[in-house]
Amino acid sequence: MTLATPLPVPVPPADAEPVLSVRDLRISFPSEAGTVEAVRGVSFDLLPGRTLCIVGESGSGKSATAMGIMGLLPPTADLRGQVLLGGQGLIGLDDRALSKIRGNSIGMVFQDPLSALTPIFSVGRLLSDALRVHQDLTKRAAWEQAVELLDLVGIPDPRGRATAFPHEFSGGMRQRVVIAMAMANRPSVLVADEPTTALDVTVQAQILDVLRLAQQETGAGLVLITHDLGVVAGHADDVAVMYAGRIVEHAGVEELFHRPTMPYTARLLAVVPTVDGGTRRPLVPIGGEPPALVGLPDGCPFAPRCAVALDACRSDEPEPRHLTGHGHVACLRATEIVNGSLDPTGDAAPVGLPAPSGRAEAGEVVLRVEDLVKTFPLTKGALLKRRVGTLHAVNRVSFDLRAGETLGLVGESGSGKTTTLLEILRLRQPEGGRIEISGTDVGTIASSARVRELRQDVQLVMQDPLGALDPRMTVFHLLAEPLRAIGRDRESTRARVRELLTLVGLDDSVSDRFPAALSGGQRQRVGIARALATEPKLLALDEPLSALDVSVQAGVINLLARLKRELGLAYLVVAHDLAVVRYISDRIAVMYLGHIVETGDTEAIFSDPKHPYTRALLSAIPIPDPERERTRERVVLKGEQPNAARMPTGCVFVDRCPLYRLADEELRHRCRTQPPMPTSAAELPGHQYACHGV
Amino acid sequence: MTTDATTDAPASPTAEQAPEAAGTARAHSNLGLGRLYLRRFLRNHPAVGGVVIFVLLVLFGAFGGRFTSYAYTDADFTALTQPPSSRHWFGTNQGGNDIYACAVHGLQRSLMIAVSVSVLTIVLAAIIGSGAAYFGGRVERVTLAAIHFLLIVPSFLILALVSHRLAGDWRVLIIVLTVFGWMSTARVIWSVSTSLRERDYVKAAEFMGVRPLRIIFRHIIPNLGSLLIVNLTLGVVATVLSETALSFLGFGVQTPDVSLGTMLADGASTVTSAPWLFAFPAGLVVLLTVSMTFIGDGLRDALDPTSATGSAGGRR
Repeated sequence: MTLATPLPVPVPPADAEPVLSVRDLRISFPSEAGTVEAVRGVSFDLLPGRTLCIVGESGSGKSATAMGIMGLLPPTADLRGQVLLGGQGLIGLDDRALSKIRGNSIGMVFQDPLSALTPIFSVGRLLSDALRVHQDLTKRAAWEQAVELLDLVGIPDPRGRATAFPHEFSGGMRQRVVIAMAMANRPSVLVADEPTTALDVTVQAQILDVLRLAQQETGAGLVLITHDLGVVAGHADDVAVMYAGRIVEHAGVEELFHRPTMPYTARLLAVVPTVDGGTRRPLVPIGGEPPALVGLPDGCPFAPRCAVALDACRSDEPEPRHLTGHGHVACLRATEIVNGSLDPTGDAAPVGLPAPSGRAEAGEVVLRVEDLVKTFPLTKGALLKRRVGTLHAVNRVSFDLRAGETLGLVGESGSGKTTTLLEILRLRQPEGGRIEISGTDVGTIASSARVRELRQDVQLVMQDPLGALDPRMTVFHLLAEPLRAIGRDRESTRARVRELLTLVGLDDSVSDRFPAALSGGQRQRVGIARALATEPKLLALDEPLSALDVSVQAGVINLLARLKRELGLAYLVVAHDLAVVRYISDRIAVMYLGHIVETGDTEAIFSDPKHPYTRALLSAIPIPDPERERTRERVVLKGEQPNAARMPTGCVFVDRCPLYRLADEELRHRCRTQPPMPTSAAELPGHQYACHGV
Repeated sequence: MTTDATTDAPASPTAEQAPEAAGTARAHSNLGLGRLYLRRFLRNHPAVGGVVIFVLLVLFGAFGGRFTSYAYTDADFTALTQPPSSRHWFGTNQGGNDIYACAVHGLQRSLMIAVSVSVLTIVLAAIIGSGAAYFGGRVERVTLAAIHFLLIVPSFLILALVSHRLAGDWRVLIIVLTVFGWMSTARVIWSVSTSLRERDYVKAAEFMGVRPLRIIFRHIIPNLGSLLIVNLTLGVVATVLSETALSFLGFGVQTPDVSLGTMLADGASTVTSAPWLFAFPAGLVVLLTVSMTFIGDGLRDALDPTSATGSAGGRR
């Protein structure tokens, strides 16, 4: 752990020649529905050593912009405008000429590090090939350089690991290799497209630091594409906010966060859940959905969702204008907003926080989990499988959940949170421990008819609403399915479907549509409606918000809160995003390697985390405020969550624990040999943590 | 997969009572499921052309015989191996049979055999393949072993022997072709279904307590739609071909019965001296296969909600 070094803020020269200039870039794709105008006139300059963050929701055209710069668009795409790399125009070059530039003058970092690395070559080979394509090097010299690069990006034992294959690396380590490849030929521009989206939050912080290092090492300009405003706050020098294929606001990071001027930016900042501070900031949802990019109407594309739109906004699309002391903003009312005479959020009502009284303290226990254990056998060999070990996915996990209460299970991927959820949903005798649902021990149920009955009480909302809804069924049939499964007749099914649609705030007219014709938010509402069909007591939500855009999230958070209040449901929420969990949970259980390391009331966990892992997790989440993000104390965990196949005998967190490193010999011994028992915090009765050192 | 066609009807009145505010922009979403598919299908011009050709072929097979006084069994000894004329529209063969009458009958036979065999094959293959994939474990292993065993058996030889012994009755031919023709399709369906089995919506249905058979018929088989349809069209083509091959070798449809296959076999030897004997049945086979291919493509696009070709207004 490296404690509390505020990130060094590089001072990039502001008057240098831009390394990359994009002028009026337009990208469109043909489709049956009409031409999809993915990017509609994007212009920006990137100066050497500076970081430009392009931020936007899915479908805003940010990735298409990056692909357009690198010439990696599919051949059907129509690309216009100018991309100048150090004075050389890139548009119109053939693939051969572009290949000389890509990897040499432009380095790329993609979202998914596994598919970015060819699986059949060792990483040393991949890196030295990347070097030798553009430089005249001997194999030996290239290999030496590859090892140096691996060392630079923080791969331990680089010489030994260079002969390893991509699948032998963890996600974070793979992304380090990809960054090493991107910087190998000292490019003048680095383009990183969502480089940390596929990674855990504690690893994200490490990767962003490596990316910064790569930038400093090469002096390149960095285009960082992300949807995470926290990442923007921590790493950008300039920010370009994209909406519906255009840059709607382009300003320095301080100005943008200090005084967001385009109403969209302002609303976006108001709707991002945060983890900082002692109190929850209310979220102000943005109504509506981002527009489809086919046949956009005249006028500002944000006007239908904007609280301060004028009639003029609907007739003409405003061009980006320069505002003194701010940057470029494409809004008719920008001057009013920037001088403070207009509030861009208008009078939109904030999301009501779950009132303390809304929580039913006396609610009956809907779910009781005691000492739940789940292991998976590890096998080796293709023909004759032999068992070589055991993966301890869930290890003696216990919790209660009452009606009207939300428990958030939080942890990084591989912490066993989803396995816990699925074990509960299986409704069978668990491998170890007990699961009790509404007072019935699921282990004692013998008949499958009883299981089916109990299923009505426990329903699931899945992470990806598009994947969870059968694409060949209409909304009506999707919602009717659980009702049919419990034997409701046709008449009452139809009535209930209509009721459900109203309950989740959908119009009756969607009932004949296929999921593909719905927007992301509508799909998740259908997913929730389907889970509610059988009037369950317990709703299990597996990452219910992570597939949704930020501007749509708040609406779903609101819906979940209302449903819980009205129907007295109990929610078991599994999520990796602590900021979101904070807005929907009453209590939180933090999991690490199959163990619950800390549990307590949401606000207690956020204001006074006890366990060192919880603290690190909280501090790894970037805050969308450049001032706070860059000055706060950060706890960056070293390494990644170890494999659950080899459980340490003592505390599971000992390898990465910052406290352990500072502890004396006696405490260290206890940490290594004795598993810590949950201890209650003195001042708070429901707050428990498992640590020897606190 | 059609089990719920009936429930569409009760659903649509609901939608029509929806507020008028939905307006014209959403008009298509208020259509029933069938009409939605139809609309998407009709937008595909080659597919519509394929349907037209196919319908004409079916009509030709069904009613073409009314326009001629000859039956396919009649022999006109005054006109042996005559080119097309006003009396014999498609000419005659060496035995004096009217080729037009033969073509009508042969098309009827071949259509009957090809369509029934490919439909039966697909149904059998879909149920066995997706069932094996969904249930997994022992069921899967046993089914796959059976499929693999049948695949390595020289089925064409068995087919030839069996159909010969059963005296070339075309109904028997249908059964024989089906029984020895489903395995490779079933194996393809199995391999695609194994990935469908892992889909979230299948898991979701399990967690909702939907019964296994219903999951197979509601979630797995419909989502194989485009695969099934492509295989159905290919099946028609393949069946015409294997029926031809069998008939050519003398094991398929037996004289006096006539199919396009036997006509092709007869005409092949005289293709230079009497080309009409080959050209007319060959033309019919080409029309049949081409139309089936267009129909198959059109159906796939219409039934596939993610297909770009079929969608009207994109995401709304």
